[in-house]
This record gives sequence, C-alpha cells and structure tokens, in this order.
Amino acid sequence: MAERSTLMLSLRGLTRRFGGLTAVDAIDLDLASGELISIIGPNGAGKTTLFNLVTGLDRPDDGAVSFEGQDVTGLSPERLAAEGIARTFQLGRVFGNLSVMDNVLIGAHTRLRAVKPAVPVIGPLLELGLALLRPASVKAEEERLREELKAILARFGERLLPRIDQPAYSLSYANRRRVEIARALALKPRLLLLDEPTAGMNPTETAEMQGLVAELKAEGLTILLIEHKLEMVMRLSDRVIVMDEGKKIAEGPGEQVRGDPKVIEAYLGHGLATERESAA
Amino acid sequence: MAGASASAASHSLAPWGHRVSSWLDYTINGLIVGNVYALVAVGLALIFGVSRLINFAQGSIYLVGAYIGWVAVVQLHTPLPLTIIVVAVAAAVVGLIIERFGLRPLQNSVRIAPLLATIGISFVLDQLVMLTFSPNPRALPSQLPDVRFQVGGGTIGPLDLLIAGVGLTSALLLFAFLRYSKLGWAVRATAQDRDAAMQMGVDVNRVNQAVFGIAAALGGVSGMLVGMYYNQIDTAMSLQATLKGVVAEVVGGAGNVPGAVIGSLLLGLVESYGVAVFGTSYRNLFAFLLLVVVLVLRPNGLFASARQAPPEPLTGTFIAPSRPVRIPRWALAVAAGGFAVLPFFPVSFYVLQTLINAWLLGMLALSLTLVAGTIGQVSLGHAALLAIGAYSSALLSLTFSVPVGLAIIGGGLMSAALGTALISPSFRLRGHYVSIATLAIGEIVSLVILNWESVTRGPIGISGIPPLSLFGYDLISPPSIYWFSFAVMVVLALLQARLLTSHLGRSFRAIRDDDVAARAYGLSLNRYKSLAFIFGGFAAGVSGGIAAHLYSYINHETFNTQQSILALTVVILGGLGNVVGAILGSVALVGLPEVFRIAAEYRILIYGIVLLLLVRFRPQGLLGTI
Ligand SMILES: Nc1ncnc2c1ncn2[C@@H]1O[C@H](COP(=O)(O)OP(=O)(O)O)[C@@H](O)[C@H]1O
Ligand SMILES: [Mg+2]
Repeated sequence: MAERSTLMLSLRGLTRRFGGLTAVDAIDLDLASGELISIIGPNGAGKTTLFNLVTGLDRPDDGAVSFEGQDVTGLSPERLAAEGIARTFQLGRVFGNLSVMDNVLIGAHTRLRAVKPAVPVIGPLLELGLALLRPASVKAEEERLREELKAILARFGERLLPRIDQPAYSLSYANRRRVEIARALALKPRLLLLDEPTAGMNPTETAEMQGLVAELKAEGLTILLIEHKLEMVMRLSDRVIVMDEGKKIAEGPGEQVRGDPKVIEAYLGHGLATERESAA
Repeated sequence: MAGASASAASHSLAPWGHRVSSWLDYTINGLIVGNVYALVAVGLALIFGVSRLINFAQGSIYLVGAYIGWVAVVQLHTPLPLTIIVVAVAAAVVGLIIERFGLRPLQNSVRIAPLLATIGISFVLDQLVMLTFSPNPRALPSQLPDVRFQVGGGTIGPLDLLIAGVGLTSALLLFAFLRYSKLGWAVRATAQDRDAAMQMGVDVNRVNQAVFGIAAALGGVSGMLVGMYYNQIDTAMSLQATLKGVVAEVVGGAGNVPGAVIGSLLLGLVESYGVAVFGTSYRNLFAFLLLVVVLVLRPNGLFASARQAPPEPLTGTFIAPSRPVRIPRWALAVAAGGFAVLPFFPVSFYVLQTLINAWLLGMLALSLTLVAGTIGQVSLGHAALLAIGAYSSALLSLTFSVPVGLAIIGGGLMSAALGTALISPSFRLRGHYVSIATLAIGEIVSLVILNWESVTRGPIGISGIPPLSLFGYDLISPPSIYWFSFAVMVVLALLQARLLTSHLGRSFRAIRDDDVAARAYGLSLNRYKSLAFIFGGFAAGVSGGIAAHLYSYINHETFNTQQSILALTVVILGGLGNVVGAILGSVALVGLPEVFRIAAEYRILIYGIVLLLLVRFRPQGLLGTI
C-alpha cells in the first residue's frame, strides 16, 4: 500500500532514553498518505513518548523523523504544527479557562494570515498592532474561521455546539476529549495523531468516536492512532503496530497481529491488568 | 565557574601584586559566607524535594532567627551554645506553624497558591519583626573573643570556626537523619516519588512537618550567625537571604541537598572574589548574574544531566478556574464618568492625591495582570519596569530636553524594550522559576542603577526632574495631575481590554493554561511572551515615567520589591488577567487604608494578610480570572 501512494511520515531507528530506561527503542515506521495505523501495546510501552518525538515535544536521542519527504527531526512543535501535524493528548489537555470556541480557534492558529504578516523581525510588532487596530481584513478572517469551526464542532452533533461559549473546564470529561479533537481538526492537519481518544468513555461515546474517526479516514486524512480498545483498532486500522518496552514487536494487518504469540505474551506478561483498567 | 572568576581576578590584581596574600582571606571569607548560605539553601532544597515548592518565606525565618538570637544574647544573656539551641528551636516552631496553617490547607489547590502563600507569609513575618523591633539596625555581639589566628597568608577568627563547625555539624546531623531514621527515609521516598510514597503508607504531612521544621531551624541559626558575623541585624536581611538561598539552591539543582551545599560554597566564592575585584557594591550583582546564567543554561542546576524530565509536572492547572464577573459597560462608563468629574466637586487635595496614587498603581497592576494573569508569568520584579521607565523619562527630559509628555512615552517604550530583553532568556522557564528569575532581574536592574553612576548618577539619585507638562502647559494643580494620570490609565486599560478580545488575548491565555498544548498548536512561547512583556512593559514604564515627574526626585530605592508585591496583591485581589479588577484592586488597596487611617507601617502587613486570605479563600479574586 505504501508503494501506491506518497509517503507521509517515516521514522527510522527512532530512540529515546530516560536515564537507564529506553522508552522508545529503534522504531521504524512508514505511514502512507491516507493510511490509518494503530499503535497498541501495554501501558509504559513507549507509545506516547513516540508521539512526543513525532510532534517535537521531545527530541530523540537517535534516529530520524521525516514528514512528506523532509527531514523534520528535532524541529520545534510550533514548526511541526505549521507543517500540518496535529495531535491530541492522552490525558486531555484543553485550555481550561478558554471557551470551547477559543480552544478550537487556537487549533486554527497556524492558519491565521491577515493578522500575522510574514515579515521578518518586525512581524511580531505588526501582529500586536493589527490585533489592536483590527482592520477589515483581520475581522473578516476571524469571522470566516469562526464559521468554519462551527462546522467542525457540528461534527459532534449537539455535544459541543450548545456549549460553544462555556469555559472548557466546565465540560464533561468526554466533551473535553471532543474539544481536543475539534481543536486538532481546526488545524486542517495533513497528519493527525490521536492518543487514546476513547480513554474513559462509555460504550456509546466510544462508538460515536469510532464513527468520527472512520469518517475522517474516509475523507482521506492520514491518522496515527494509539488505542487500547482492540475492537475499534481492528475495525479502523489499515495496519497495526505493537510496541512493548520501547520496541516494535509486531506489525501487520489487525487479525494477523492479534494472533501473534509475541503479542499475546506481551499482554499476558504485564499488560492484562492494564488492559482491563483502560477498558473500565 | 569559581576557577574562571579566580583567574580573571588574579589577572586584574597584578598591579597590586604585593597584596596577593589576601587571596586566602577572600577564599576563607567566601567559604564562610557560602557556609551560611548553605544553611538556608539546604532547607530550601529539602522543601523543594518533597513538595516542589520554592519557599519564599525562608529568608523571613532567617530574619526571625537573627532577632531571636538578639533577644537571647542581649536581653537574656544566654551563653552561646544555649543561644544556638534557643534560636534553632524557636525558628523550627515558626516553620511548623507556617507548614500547618499557611501551606497544608492549600495542598489540593492550584499550583500558584502555595507560591503566593509563601510570598504573603514572608511579608507578614518581615513586617511583624519590623513592628516589634523597629527597622533600625541593631548590633548582635558574637560572645566570642575577638582574636584572629594567622593561617598561611590569611587570618581566621573564632567566629569563622564556629560557622564552619555549625555548618559541618548540621550537615552530619542531616545526613544521619536522612540516612538512618525512619522519618528520614520517608523524606527521601517522598522526594523521589510522592505518589509512590503515599501508596506505601508514608504520612506526607509528617514528612512536610519534618522538612519545614528542619529547614526553619537551619535558616534561623544561619540568620543568627550572619548577624554575629557582621555584628549587625536589620529587617532588609530577609529578602537578601531568600534570594541568596534560592540562587545557591538553583545553582546546585532544585531539590538536590548536596547540590545546594556545593552551590552555596560556589556562590560564596564567586561573590567574595567579585567583591575583591570590583568592590562591595557589586556583591549581589554577581549572585544574581550567576542565577540568571544557570537558569538559562542549566535550569535543572549544574549537576543535573542536561536532558532530564522538566522539574515541574507537565500537567495540572496553575491558576484557579473561574467565571469572571461581568460588569455591564454602562456601569463602567458611569464609574469612569464619576471619577472624571470628581475634581469639580469640593474634594480635598488629600483625596485627589490618594486617587492619583491609585491610578499610578493601576497602570502597574494593568501591566502585571497581563504578564502574571493573562499569560501566567508571575513576575516578582515588576517594580524594575517602573524604574526603567522613570529613569528613562527623567533623563530624556533632563539631559536631552525632550518635552515631558514625549519623555514619558519614551520611558514606556524603553521599559517595554529593555524589560522584554532582560526577561527573554527566562522565557523557557515555568512556574516558580519565572518568579525567581524576575525577582533576580528586578534586583539586577536596581543594582545596575546604583552602580552605573555615569548615567544614573548612582546612589545620589536624580533630582530636579521637571514637572508634568503637556503641550507646553505645566500640570501642577492637583486636578490637572489627577486628570492626566486618570486619562492615561483609562487609555491603557481600554487598549488592554481590546488586546484581550483579539487573537492575542486567547493566545496568551492558552499559553498560561497549558504551554505544552499551546506549542503543539503552533504558538511560539518566545513570540507571545515577548509581546505580553512589550505591552505590559509599556504600561509600567509610563507609570514610572509619570511618577518620576511627579516626585521630581528618584533614586535606586524609589521603586522597590514592596511595590512589586503590592501590585501582585492588587492583581490577585482583582482577579488574574482582569482589567477592571486591576483598577478596582488598586483603588481598594490604596484607598481603604486611607479611609481607615491605617498607619503606614501596618500597611504592608495588611497587604500580606490580604494576599494570604485571598489565596486561601478566594483565589480567583473579587472579579474572577479572565
Ligand atoms: N519525561 C519522562 N521522564 C522519564 N521517564 C519517562 C518520561 N516520559 C515517559 N517516561 C517513561 O517512559 C516509558 C514509556 O512511557 P509512555 O510513552 O508514556 O508509555 P505508553 O504511552 O505506551 O503508556 C514509561 O516507563 C514512562 O515511565
Ligand atoms: Mg500513553
């Protein structure tokens, strides 16, 4: 499949050590445009750390990340966001004191043009001036974005739209996760990384989320998904990667990976309890 | 680092080579002073280790220790060993009280709360000491014979030996406690992983108690020893001790106890050699420069491996979530109109004067509420921005005959530019570290003003600053000054309110709420923190500029830490980031003490108590966080 379409993301020998612990150990991965790959593995396997390396929140000790053919290893998260990489966080990191709309507007930050002229050196001062003066072009851009973002929020049905002006801290847990995903979509990402989007959700909410991810995939979005709920993984993934203790221990279509003895052992060895935990 | 300054020092010493022998003296002095810092810094490290808190009240305990020592020696005539025990026990009791009533109630609140609480406690303790003993310096005799022994090329006195002995003994006792006692084991376990320790049944409250008690005992003894060393104690010691202790602790690596000792000795030596080469008035400058360099290059301290996990947890809210109180526009317009026509009524000069002070403080609070509230950088050195604006405006009008109105704007711009440039190396710091860095930068600014005589006229200060004037008309009558300052404040407030509704407002608040998520969505921390400091620096600089022309005389102490803390209290009172709240808070904190005729010396005490009560009972302030 990777041969048919263009390569979106490619990791080579990606490694991150914390003291004596190798959290991510020489991971190779190729993600083609429009593909959805799931990463599964017991807690502490290094999945989130891998996301941090891809999104620039952490820097690898070794190895390389390339995005759409460019080497982006060690670039700052701001730069990578501007390149079109968006992510959600495992523990949910919405901006608690910002309204739902403002949270999503921050997601669209990299797409602001009128208010952020690309002028070197004095660019930031112009931005300050434009923010205060707000000429017609700036107002129009803001209005256009707001309308567009309402359409994104509408993807969650009546969950978020009625709460558009409420501060995010006042939302339910599941709604905060939804705001996070809406914020990521607001960036118009070329690559979307979802870190356990259904953690802590009940079966109905999980099914809704699964439907949304399936829609996004159908629209052609390239997605890297960390998920514990195997049923969802099996339904959505083009390929599944299994990590344990930082290493990739299996890779392939869902059904094949599921039966792999190494995977079963990894889960039996130290993952069973955690899987039950996250299913609860 | 000590090596580098030592060689630089010997280089410039070459002309007076015959005094090379005194190097040993400077080294001994550096080690002794370092020993004293270590007693403070070890306490800070212990506290940081178990509760990730920088205890800004540590210097106040040191101050309390010095004065208890004075009472014991001068009034009770206790012998030296008993004096030490009395001071250690009394200081430990103060530490336990702080832990039990100041911090334990805040255990489950947002992370900014304990930080603000220790600041408030520090002000309350300092003021209580000042009210009890008067601010005048006192002599604290050491009760030791005044002899000095020749050692190599230098000399050493019995007090030096005492300090070294106390330092070593405390280190051994502490080591034994941490290593061999059950409680000491619990302290180490908590420092390593608080959650795991709690799961293993460690009583975290007891650990906190132990740590605060020990830290306070060491700090108190340290204050007493320093008082004896210089044979003088005064209330200014407190802030200096906190700053030095924090410098040493951060240099050694926050929470690292042996690191704190080494950091302290290093700091003592750097200072001592710095004094040897450049003179006494540079002592503190070296300490704070060392701090800023370490914070910027190795925020985890000299001994941490370069890429450790960040010292603060990545998640968790820093400020209290709240819904701001919405005040209708017409009500604000009516209030503004009321204040605008006030001088037409027969109000006394005194009332106008009080409100002028409130408007000046209001501008500073607007600045701080943007920086500390909207973008979450709790600055403790904000008065430095006033000073930069005041000096710039005064010098522009005096030296270059710039019209006062323009000079004030120049002061604002200077404050925006210089303030932002000075703080920018600290933009990657978070939480408590920002507060330390701003505190240090504030001190550096005031020390540069003191020492850069060719420009700032040094300790003499600047006098004969022309009065406020606008378009050639002098503003001398109280109503005209009132209107001028009120109008400037209103304009700044309107601009800031407009800024908050722009994309920058939400970007700033996003960075405050979660800087990691903000970066993941393309917000550059450098860019937006700079813009916040530029905007806020301008408002503070304008306030300082107006003040300079009002006072007609300023010096390096006109704008001090007390103003920084007052502004912070105003900001917390009004609600973080809340523009109306900043102004309301300023009127309240300047006006109410006047209404109730509270004597000046009690005011700081009351500000401190107000800050503590707010943190405890209404952390979102009167009008709520925006
Ligand atoms: N900043 C950090 N410092 C030290 N160790 C870390 C850090 N982040 C993650 N780890 C460790 O790396 C390992 C992998 O963690 P993580 O990537 O969160 O796993 P997963 O997401 O698969 O559950 C864990 O053992 C974790 O404790
Ligand atoms: Mg994870």
